[in-house]
Order: sequence, then structure tokens, then C-alpha cells
Amino acid sequence: MIAAANKIDVHALNAWFKSNHALRDVSLSVPERTVLAIIGPSGCGKSTFVRCLNRMHELIPGARQAGKVLVDGQDLHAGGVDPVTLRRRVGMVFQRANPFPTMSIYDNVVAGLRLNGIKGDYPALVEKTLRQAALWDEVKDRLQHSALSLSGGQQQRLCIARALAIEPEVLLMDEPASALDPIATAKIEELIRELAESLTIVIVTHNMQQAARVSDATAFFYMGELIEHGPTEQIFTNPKEPRTEDYVTGKFG
Amino acid sequence: MKRRFINGLMTALCGLALLLALVPLVSLLWLVISHGFKGLSWDFFTQLPAPVGETGGGVANAIAGTLYIVGIACLIGVPLGVGAGVFLAERGDTPVGDAIRFTAEVLSGVPSIVVGIVAYGLVVLPMRRFSALAGGVALAVLMVPTLARSTEELVRLVPGALREASLALGVPQWRTSLRVVLRTALGGIMTAILLGVARAAGETAPLLFTALNNQYWNWRADQPTASLTVQIFNYAVSPYQDWHDKAWSAALVLLLLVGTLSLGGRLLSRSRVR
Amino acid sequence: MKPHTDKTYDAQLDDLRNKLLSLGGKVETEIATSVRALAERDSALAEAVINADREVNRLEVEIDEVCRRLLVLRQPAASDLRFITTALKIVVDLERIGDLAVNIAQRAIDLNQSPPLRPVHDLTKLAELCQKQVRAALDAFVDGDAERAEAVIKGDELLDAVYHNLFNELLALMMEDPRNIRRANSLLFVAKHLERLGDHATNVAEMVIYMVRGTDVRHPGSRTSKSIPPPET
Repeated sequence: MIAAANKIDVHALNAWFKSNHALRDVSLSVPERTVLAIIGPSGCGKSTFVRCLNRMHELIPGARQAGKVLVDGQDLHAGGVDPVTLRRRVGMVFQRANPFPTMSIYDNVVAGLRLNGIKGDYPALVEKTLRQAALWDEVKDRLQHSALSLSGGQQQRLCIARALAIEPEVLLMDEPASALDPIATAKIEELIRELAESLTIVIVTHNMQQAARVSDATAFFYMGELIEHGPTEQIFTNPKEPRTEDYVTGKFG
Repeated sequence: MKRRFINGLMTALCGLALLLALVPLVSLLWLVISHGFKGLSWDFFTQLPAPVGETGGGVANAIAGTLYIVGIACLIGVPLGVGAGVFLAERGDTPVGDAIRFTAEVLSGVPSIVVGIVAYGLVVLPMRRFSALAGGVALAVLMVPTLARSTEELVRLVPGALREASLALGVPQWRTSLRVVLRTALGGIMTAILLGVARAAGETAPLLFTALNNQYWNWRADQPTASLTVQIFNYAVSPYQDWHDKAWSAALVLLLLVGTLSLGGRLLSRSRVR
Repeated sequence: MKPHTDKTYDAQLDDLRNKLLSLGGKVETEIATSVRALAERDSALAEAVINADREVNRLEVEIDEVCRRLLVLRQPAASDLRFITTALKIVVDLERIGDLAVNIAQRAIDLNQSPPLRPVHDLTKLAELCQKQVRAALDAFVDGDAERAEAVIKGDELLDAVYHNLFNELLALMMEDPRNIRRANSLLFVAKHLERLGDHATNVAEMVIYMVRGTDVRHPGSRTSKSIPPPET
């Protein structure tokens, strides 16, 4: 494996929701243009961790964090860093598709650009990102239709296109396929593999087989702690930690 | 067998209650229409009121005045009410937000005549005259609390997921509130505004000592202005039969105006529901 | 071992384990019986071995079925995955061991047609060693004992040495007297079968090490996978 520079470095990250210590001393690194899967039982801190990577955690009332998160070697909480511009470099796709209901498909895709006053060749960008999201052929004749006229799987791919349109360097995906049928899920997994050629991706998933299919490395979280982090193949065939072994073989609970 | 009998009995009682509830509404409509319909004419809609003793004339200036005063009320009340509503929804869980909400609750319970007196003290006295502006202020004060509460509820109804989606795209919070959240809630807010306008158009007491009345056209905000409600009041308490008839007709016109606005509001809200 | 959240899964894995043990036991019996048949010149015993192999073949097919079902229904991971893929591989070795026992039995029947050769000392020794290896490999599998499995792999060296001695001894017999050739040749075949038997036991031991430790010790020097590091020996 080529020794790639680390896109994301996390050192001793801690996060709280009021008095609830949600993340404890998490440290890991994500090399550039790789896919990291985050697995673990409900409430283990997976989503919290990911939201610390684009400073969305701090938007929740009563939430705070400590520790360092570096993107391209730059501390996200350093003095001059504007969280708003950060979120244009580190994009996010959510569990439930959330297209803007009052906008058309076309407007949804360019929403991130338009709302930020970024100019560009919108039609070309719309085509490019919709093609990346494997949605172009299905919607090219009805770009002006409301976004809500699409099926669940299509809406989620629309949200991915919308996130891609602002051309982020990192894409965070919080259980992006959990509400989708197997065919839509397979399309999104294929998409992730393609995107990994140009972006760094962190994906949270409940589905272990998906994590195994899609990622280069996997991190297992439990009760706010990072239990094990290693190459995906190793985590799923021969994990080092007994708790990881128990989780991937279904001995939890 | 017994169950079916009780079921039928209850259904019949409900039907009876419904009819009883409809009686006031039906009788009201019947009275207004039967008394007022005969007075409706082209002149009625386009002429100024005739002097005492003469027949003829209309309520054209009153209709225009109502629209004018309500328009001023909207200019003041809608930004304040919607703005307060958005603020309460986005940052309402603070002591300041609680205070504002409490104030709105109290205000919505204040009798409209008291609001009128307050507007008298705040606007009429300093200006040393009755004016459409004062009337607009009074009506705005009546509109703001309900508009704020409705807006707050509608904005709260916008799913948090939309806010998150916008924030995750790197859109600043204020622009998210304005262009995403508000835009999504806009349909509902339009309905709330229309209903607020309908209510304001039907108020009499606050206008009595703010806008007063005017027998002529007036388009100046700092002059007394006619309004349908006050005109009806004046006609109704007068000793002239002719004017009583005019009151019925004006009442019918007011009913039509308010009814159209309310209906419009309901239709608008229904068309937005998918 | 901590049980799975889904108890049916545990039951299915136990069923697989039991079937494998049953197969192991059967082939062990086959070897012992065929060696005895050879030593005691008992053709009836030899026939019994040949008949018993039917059951072994049936078990092989059944175990493959069970493994396939587990793979598709459970998508096993980590230790479960290693156990099931090990099962798939050792069932092949065990069935081949059974076949080799049958071959030895057939040779015994053939040899019983002619008068016995003078006793060949190393053959008994080789037979004993092979049985020990198979027994040890199966025990290592049952107990999940990687050290025991390593011992089996090492023990194959001794087995090969004994085989070579036996080979030379039988060669000498053949050169001594041409009338010995036919029988000595049969014995040579038996020796070869026993040596192959030992190899299969070694295969089983290698898979046991993979099952327990998660490192594949087969064919060192031909690693292609870059993500899994070579095993530490």
C-alpha cells in the first residue's frame, strides 16, 4: 500500500452531551482517498464521532468537545477556522434523505452553491454530480420536478449529488443506506467505491457486511470508546480484541 | 341488539347537537342576507355616503378605508409577528424567548377596545389627530401575538433534518433560517397571515378612537379614515331607518370580505398539503 | 465460548462440529481396521472397511451442505468464518483419508491371496505413526489446540523418514528375490498410502492453526495478499 498522507487525524477526542460523556479519548487516522467504516452497537458514539469531524456536534445545545481533530494537518478548532467554510470541505450525507421539499431536483443539487453565492456552470455541475450519484438517467427529463416526486432511494442519491456539488474533499456518511432497499443500497455502495478514488470517505453503518464490502479500514466503537481500528479484512476475519470478535460474530447482547 | 340501539341513539344525539350548533350560524347568515341584500347596488359600492336626510350613497370609502387601514396593519404587524415567530422557534428556549412568548400570550388576551385606547394614547395624542396610522397600529397589535405563535409553531414543524442538511452544506445559520426554514414554512405562514388579516378587518372597537371615521375619501395616513366596521356601527346606532338598512348591507359586504379572506386562507393551506 | 445472541446459530454450529467429529471417528476406525486387516491377514475385516466408506462419503456431502447453508444464511465473520471454512477444507482431507484406508484394505485382500512375506518392521511403525498423526490432528481440531497442531506438522518429518527407510527396505526385498516383487510392490503401495495419509493429517493440522490463530501457515513463500501480514512463526 502506498504510504498516503493522512487526510484526517484525530487525537484524544472527547465529546459530551451536557453531562453524558459520549466519546472517550478517541484517536485514529484516515489516509487520503480511503474509506473508513465505523461500526458498533446503537449508542456507541459512532454518529457523535462523525459529527465532530465537521463541527456539527457543537451545534447541539449542551454539547461540547475536547481534543484535536486535524484535516490536512490543520486543527479544526484553531483560531482562524470558520466552521461554515469547513463544512464546504467536509460534506455530510444523512441517514434519512432530506432534500429541500420546496425545491426542484435541479435546485436541490445546486442549493449548496446558490445559498452560498458561489457561481459556476450550474447545468454542467448538475449533470456531473447526478451522473456520479447514478441518478442522471432516471431524472434527466424531469429536473424541474419537485424533489419529493422521487423514491426514497432516488432522494438519497439526490442528497449525495447535492453534497458532491460543493466539491468537498471529505465525505461523511451517516448510515446512508439504512432506509433503502437492496438494489438502491448496492448502487450507493458502488458509488462509494468510485468516489473513493478522489475523496476521503468516512461511513457509519449498522450493516457489517456493508462495512466489509465498502471500506479499506474499519473502526469498532463501543460505549464511546474506540475498541479496535484496522484493515477491514483483518477486523472481519481475525480481530484482535475479544469485544470486536463478539460484535462481528453476533455475540453481543 | 342493545348496543346497536345505543349506537343509533348516540349518533342521533350528535346529529341534533350539530344542528343546534348550526342554528346561530344559519340564522345569522339568513338575517344579514335577507336584510342586506336589497341594499346592494352598484352605487352602494362606488358612492360616498350621502348627507343626513338624503337617500342613496354608498360605502365605497369605507371599503377602501378598511383595506387601507388593514394594509398599514400588515406593514407593521407581519414583519413583527413573523420575525418574532422565527426568533422564538430558532432561539426560543432561552429566558428572553420565554419572556416574549409570555408577552404574546398576555397580549392575545387583551380586549380589543383596550388595545384601541392604548393606540389612542400612543399615536393619536402625540400626533394630535385621529389617523389611519393609529388604526393600523391598533390592528397590528392585535395581529402580532397570534401571528407570532402560528409562525413559531409552523417553523418548529419544519424537520430538523432540513436545517441539518443546509448547515452541512456550509450554509451559515442565519441564511439557513431565512432561505431554507422560512421558505419551507412559507405556505403555512401565508395562511396564518390571511387569517390574521381576516380577523383584523372585522374589528370595530380599536378603530373607534384611532381612525375615527370619515365621510370622504382619504388616502393620507395621518388623517381619520372610514372603515366598514365603524360605518356599520354609526349607521346602526343612528335613528334613521335608511341608515339601518345601509348597516345591514354594509354588514353583508363585510361578511363577504372576511369570508373570502378566510376561505382563501383555507384553500391555500389545503393546496400545500400533499 | 460466549454464545451467540441467536441460539439457533449456536445449535447449527454445534451440529456441524458433531458431524465433523463423527466423520473423524469413522475414518480413524477405518485406518485402524485396515491396518489390522493387513497385519492379521483378515480379508473379512478388509471388506468391512470398504463397506464402511459409504457412510463416510455420505457424511462428507452432508457436511458440505451444512457449511453452504451456514455461509449463505449467517454470513459468518471472524472465528465463525474461520471455523466454517476450516470445516469445508478438512472434510476433504478426512474423506481422502477414508479412501486411502479403503485402498489399504484392498491391498490387504490382494496380499492375502499369496503367502506372507517376512515381516517388515518399518511398516508397522509407519502404520502406528500415521494413526497417531491423524488422532493428534483431530484432537487439535476438537480442542482448538494450535500447539498440538504444530506438533503434528513437525511430526510429518519423522513420518517421511520412516517411509523412506521402508521404501529402501522393500526395494532390497525386491532385489533379493524376483518372486518377492509382486508382494513387495503391494506393500510399497500400502506404504505410499500411509505416507499420503500422514500428509492429509498435516493438512488438517495446518487448517486448525488457521482456525485458532487466524494466520494461514500453508505454503510459506507464496504470499500474495498484501493486506494480511505473513504469519509470525
